[in-house]
Amino acid sequence: MDDESPYKRWQRAYEASSLRGAEFTTMSGVPLEPVYGPEDGEFPGTYPYTRGVHPSMYRSRLWTMRMFAGFGTALDTNARFKEIIRAGGTGLSTAFDMPTLLGLDSDDPMSLGEVGRCGVAIDSLADVADLFDGIDLSSITTSMTINSPAAVMLALFVALAEETGVPRAHLGGTLQNDILKEYQAQKEFVFPPRQSMRLVRDTMAFCTAEMPKWNSISVSGYHIREAGSTAAEELAFTLANGFAYVELAREAGLSVDEVAPRLSFFFNAHIDFFEEIAKYRAARRLWAHWLREHYGARDERSWQLRFHTQTAGVSLTAQQPENNIARTAIEALAGVLGGTQSLHTNSLDEALALPSEKAARLALRTQQIIAHETNVAHVADPLGGSWFVEALTDEMAHEAEEIFAEIGALGHGSMLEGCIAGIEQNWFQGRIADSAYQLERLFNEGKRVVVGVNAFLEGNDEEDLAVLRITNEDERRQLGRLAQVRQVRDDDAVARTLARLARDASDPERNLMPALIEAAQSYATVGEMMRTMAGVFGRHVEVPSL
Amino acid sequence: MSIRVLVGKVGLDGHDRGIKVVARLLRDAGMEVIYTGLFQTPETVALAAIQEDVDAVGLSMLSGAHLTLAPLVVQALRERGSDIPVLVGGIVPSNDLDDLRQAGVAAVFGPGASAREIVAQIRSLVATSP
Repeated sequence: MDDESPYKRWQRAYEASSLRGAEFTTMSGVPLEPVYGPEDGEFPGTYPYTRGVHPSMYRSRLWTMRMFAGFGTALDTNARFKEIIRAGGTGLSTAFDMPTLLGLDSDDPMSLGEVGRCGVAIDSLADVADLFDGIDLSSITTSMTINSPAAVMLALFVALAEETGVPRAHLGGTLQNDILKEYQAQKEFVFPPRQSMRLVRDTMAFCTAEMPKWNSISVSGYHIREAGSTAAEELAFTLANGFAYVELAREAGLSVDEVAPRLSFFFNAHIDFFEEIAKYRAARRLWAHWLREHYGARDERSWQLRFHTQTAGVSLTAQQPENNIARTAIEALAGVLGGTQSLHTNSLDEALALPSEKAARLALRTQQIIAHETNVAHVADPLGGSWFVEALTDEMAHEAEEIFAEIGALGHGSMLEGCIAGIEQNWFQGRIADSAYQLERLFNEGKRVVVGVNAFLEGNDEEDLAVLRITNEDERRQLGRLAQVRQVRDDDAVARTLARLARDASDPERNLMPALIEAAQSYATVGEMMRTMAGVFGRHVEVPSL
Repeated sequence: MSIRVLVGKVGLDGHDRGIKVVARLLRDAGMEVIYTGLFQTPETVALAAIQEDVDAVGLSMLSGAHLTLAPLVVQALRERGSDIPVLVGGIVPSNDLDDLRQAGVAAVFGPGASAREIVAQIRSLVATSP
């Protein structure tokens, strides 16, 4: 076995894989190999996975076309989910509104004007039930893009599934639950970092024990990049956060091989085509290396970095928005050539508003064209072996290692402590702001061209697109729905479950998931659960810095 | 004397890339910039603007709450007898522009606005304000 060539090893694994029913030839009938490269080179599905996590890659299964959606009330978003499924989407991803992301109820004074605007408003189990009404939770995977209240949303989801007869162990999907990047980039934080990390620990432990098909964290570089980082910073900060969660789990007595296979990743697909592809290849190689060599993982699933990709919202322009279709297609192609496991494509109108139904369908169609018309999915890692792409992959990995060393130094050898110290010292935030500023100067000086913004302006005066309008009427409807829940629920039961939540929160050794599920079942609201925990944990305030 | 600008995030929107970049670009143009930080209310922004005696207030909004929150900032200033001009930058659909202007917002900058435009607009507003 040991003297078997890498090619032979790959070949055995490939032959054991089941394949999709597609003709793996070019359009003109030239037969294609599943992967190309020298016999003693690296192959997909083998350590360190630079070339992909599966030996057969998309020949077995295309990436999941996971479209991110959410607006208005749960009923509005449920209709959009069903439209996505009808149009051929193969996964769901829920966008929550700002109040929900910050753990506030729709009737909180701070929620004024924000309800249902940037995502769906979720206040209680009643909303979660409407959100997934008529959708089979045991057959479609759902991703929940929420962080500070991630444990609360997981509790609501488990409560709903069990109410509809789907055991928690059967639920497949992903909780974003990546709180570190909230302080670094996305800025939707509630509790102080260490208290938030306790909730992350609790969800990891809970999922490990009770939800074997669920990804407990989606370690996300997307928001770091959107906030202005470079590609290498996105790569390095994200993986460092991933290392931090592995260390957190170890401290909680979980083994690396128990938690690492249930960590997934989420990267941006920006407009610099080859740099993005190199970034994904480097990400897989770095993760595999660190998990095996630094964290002692023995299960190969722990070494395999699986990731979701979203095209870059920040690359879209309000000017000549139709051009965004081309940008998104190029970015999506980078994700696919980089070996993504799932993909969201942005809509052409997102520099103006949340996507209209038509714009969202066009974005999904872009993925379907890549998947079914271009034949790019026939061959794994088609750019592997390109001198340029290999050199850029090495460069990305090298830059990331340098950043890991800096973060490690901040934490005196611990990536977990380094990430927290970096947040507390504004180190991440400052680096991201510096990179954003450098890039903006290049745009302003005309050294980087953005079509329709600082060059090629003809057409900028054309008529506007019809965009999705979210009105105060949606906010009013949600307030009505919430008032109804408050009226019919058993207030004593709510008070009891919240009292237990407060008690459990005060004991740092206790896992909060059982108390949260009980509170969710009693129709306690997201705001009530978060306020109860904030009473124990306190709240995080960012010191403003420019 | 240099122009003083207060830039702020009102409401729950945590997107702070734009406001930080604009703040630095205004500084490059010789202005003095004060940043309120995240999650401010219309009242806290108005009070800070008056207390700091700024020449203009810039709000950055990407969450779609601009039609609700920007007018409240203008109102909070005017109720306190201040005529400091309020500017908005962010994701604002063009059919909201009239409503914002009617509510007293002095200027709106959408995605892709250049530093030159923003600086020129602030200078002209400050030059013409009483």
